Amino acid sequence: MSNQIQKKEKIIREKPENLRQVIMGALFLLIALFIGFVFIRTTDTLMTTTFVMTPGGSKATLPDLVFNTRAALIAISALCAILGVYQLIKGFGKATNWILGFVGILLTTSFLAWGAGGGSINVGGMLRVAIMRSVPIVLGAFSGILCERVGVTNIAIEGMMITGALVGSMFGSLFGLWTGVIAAIISGGLTGSIHAMLSIKYKVNQIISGTIINIFTVGLTSYIVTKILQVAEWQYLNQSGFFPSYSIPLLSKIPFLGPIFFSHNMFVYAMYLLVGILTFALFHTRWGLRLRAVGEHPKAADTLGINVFRTRYLVVILGGMMAGFAGSYFSLGSLGYFEQVMSAGRGFIGLAAMIFGKWTPVGSLGAGLLFGFAESLSTNLSILRFPIPAELLLMVPYILTMVILAGVVGRSQGPAATGVPYEKESL
Amino acid sequence: MAPILELRGITKRFPGVLANDHIDLKLNQGEILALLGENGAGKTTLMNILYGLYAPDEGEIIIKGKPVQVKSPTDAIRAGIGMVHQHFMLIPVFSVTENVMLGEEYTRAGGVLDTMRAANKVKEISNQFKLNIDPYALIEDLPVGLQQRVEIIKLLFRNAEILIMDEPSAVLTPQEVEELFKIMHNLIAQGKSIIFITHKLREVMECADRILVIRSGKVVGEAVPSSANPKKLAAMMVGRPVELNVQKETAKPGKPVLNVENLTILAKNKKVEVDDISFEVRAGEILGVAGVQGNGQTELVRCLTGLMKAESGKISILGKETTHSDPREITELGVAHIPEDRQKDGLVLQSPIQDNLVLNTYYQKPFAKGIVLQKDAIIKNAKNLVRAFDIRTTGPGVPVSGLSGGNQQKVIVAREFSRPIKLLIASQPTRGLDVGSIEYIHRRLIEKRDAGCAILLVSTELDEVMQLADRIAVMYNGKILTIVDADLVTKEELGLLMAGITTKISAKKRKARKVREIVT
Repeated sequence: MSNQIQKKEKIIREKPENLRQVIMGALFLLIALFIGFVFIRTTDTLMTTTFVMTPGGSKATLPDLVFNTRAALIAISALCAILGVYQLIKGFGKATNWILGFVGILLTTSFLAWGAGGGSINVGGMLRVAIMRSVPIVLGAFSGILCERVGVTNIAIEGMMITGALVGSMFGSLFGLWTGVIAAIISGGLTGSIHAMLSIKYKVNQIISGTIINIFTVGLTSYIVTKILQVAEWQYLNQSGFFPSYSIPLLSKIPFLGPIFFSHNMFVYAMYLLVGILTFALFHTRWGLRLRAVGEHPKAADTLGINVFRTRYLVVILGGMMAGFAGSYFSLGSLGYFEQVMSAGRGFIGLAAMIFGKWTPVGSLGAGLLFGFAESLSTNLSILRFPIPAELLLMVPYILTMVILAGVVGRSQGPAATGVPYEKESL
Repeated sequence: MAPILELRGITKRFPGVLANDHIDLKLNQGEILALLGENGAGKTTLMNILYGLYAPDEGEIIIKGKPVQVKSPTDAIRAGIGMVHQHFMLIPVFSVTENVMLGEEYTRAGGVLDTMRAANKVKEISNQFKLNIDPYALIEDLPVGLQQRVEIIKLLFRNAEILIMDEPSAVLTPQEVEELFKIMHNLIAQGKSIIFITHKLREVMECADRILVIRSGKVVGEAVPSSANPKKLAAMMVGRPVELNVQKETAKPGKPVLNVENLTILAKNKKVEVDDISFEVRAGEILGVAGVQGNGQTELVRCLTGLMKAESGKISILGKETTHSDPREITELGVAHIPEDRQKDGLVLQSPIQDNLVLNTYYQKPFAKGIVLQKDAIIKNAKNLVRAFDIRTTGPGVPVSGLSGGNQQKVIVAREFSRPIKLLIASQPTRGLDVGSIEYIHRRLIEKRDAGCAILLVSTELDEVMQLADRIAVMYNGKILTIVDADLVTKEELGLLMAGITTKISAKKRKARKVREIVT
């Protein structure tokens, strides 16, 4: 009898796995068919595509890639179909998500090849821009990771960013770029401390607290811009300029990849460094263990002598500082001055990257790069023969996030105590 | 030898309540001291004071002859006091080692975790006290019995000398309780001292060295198990004589009232919660459903009362199929429901007692005329029921949230019993209640049975099922493993069944043994 129970249990447990396998296989096949029916059918046999492999930023390039569009599309479509059939019959098991990512890359490549059919597109440049675009998203996601891992929902990243961008620009104009960055970090920390106070001490609903901060900071910064910074005699307050890019010796000399990854300004390198630092700090230090414990089960942490309130305060402020740093990228890392609502929702996209990346720094970096690529791609669409407006393409990553949240691609669950204020027990 | 721990004159007042009233307590090294008392007697408050979660208003704590200040759990840990909480303080997504070392981490330079060294220490403790724990297992993958051992390791890791265990058996199967007692004896054999908080007499008799009885914040007696009398202890606990054993006559089952055939229920995530079960309950009998929490009982009850949909199978009540009926249709057939979670499913906490008493009849005469509620009738009804069911309150207009757990349960019982019913589905009817209220509820259930009502009693308390039920169904992993006559089964056999172990003891053998047990 117990044998029977076990057997049944096994079947039950395998069921969703099977379902996922079938869905994935079908998806791969669908993509193959899509490439076949939409792209290949609308492509002439003799049409060629040129992928320009010049990222810019340095001279390490690869020769341009010229190929027959139709042949390439057929090859990609066939590859997708093979992967789909294999997935349906045997399944890739644990590697499924990687294969899914690979199929995603194939689909994108086929799209680019088809869109640029008969002409050329600078793939290198697009990838390099994608890295730059991902910086505020990834750093914003890090801010979210810190806050949520310690148990405080932070949807105020956007507001902290815009504060950092303005403060960074003003201090940068007056005292130099590095002072600007430090001031931006401090201002983010201050905004973070407001969020911390509201949600930890006064136990305000954290979504409301975050929303208030977002509305308040957008209003305040816009007011400062229109009333002060746009007045001619005050304009010197908003002329910070931006960090120059710096090519890392040797690494930036790698053909094609070098300029894409290693010829940027310091924000990009800070992002690389922070991924490592944050991963190590969260998962391999006492500090990280305690932080995560507070986010998962504050009461348990409390009974072991960990100060829940202090930990939350410190980490939320640190998260604010991270967001402030992310915000300074807009003024000090990219544009050179402050503009109204220049963060344009990147704080929220950062939150999406955090969820997509399952609350881990490495995962969020991957998600941020994907979102950055989508932005970069959409700005290039005008040169492609693409019948749909660029704004629709920009939606794709967020639709993906929703799909992930619905659990189709795999479980993504945040820390257990996120969003719940901690109260010491009373009678 | 001086006691390892002494509490002198501990007093704690909360607004309107004297939770601890000059409590004196002595704990000797290497003994298990049981704190026995009803819910709300002040046991947990006392232990929270000792553990630094509350500050006492008066009194002092003396450890090994020296007075100490315990202002926070950190102080308590430093003083060698550890606590196994009733609700485990473990982080499900962390490993055993991470949970154990949290707050007391083994680190290399710069705060880098040295998980390996900590895991070795966990292994060492586990071996020393025969706890059998894998340091790298994730908590969420461990059964509760093992999780509790992780809690114990947590204390030993911090070199705790005095272990406080708050109702440790509440979440365990009978077998796990046996294991726990063995572990507790291992601990005291190696020089640790234990304070064991409980309201279960049987456990106290079985495992304590000394018993301290607490009632309304005061120590009312002390006893040693070898010379103690359970009846006297119970009376001390409650403050009046209590009947521990349920008095009942043999059931006279009539026609089947509830029929369940091949019922299967799936959870939202498609996990099978109830797996192809069939049974019937007859008029005038109590069918007890025993089992460890989470083996499908909750879902079964929710499905029978129309709160959850069945995947397949058939339910009929008094010959009418109700598989797809909604709760009101089922209620109107004469089905009463005492829900598992009385505060969530049984009452509207913010509403007054009088409204809660008509929650399932408010739309009928005499409580409503058309769409207008008849306040007078509702209040009159409430006054009658408050008297008849001995609900302790200042008036029927008081919100239910202001009542004690026992009185809240009486409100539900009063509501469900005050109309003619044919079938009663009672889920954990005495959970969290004190001995006095338990006695009352049990008596009411037997009365209903003798009046010809069919009763399905779901309980995780094995004693309760054995005392009340005429037949017992054991649920494990969504299945009913067996249905037996309550008279023909021993507690040990039920315990094994609850753990999923199906023993093959013939009915004949069982009978023989039962006779022998009665003789000895």
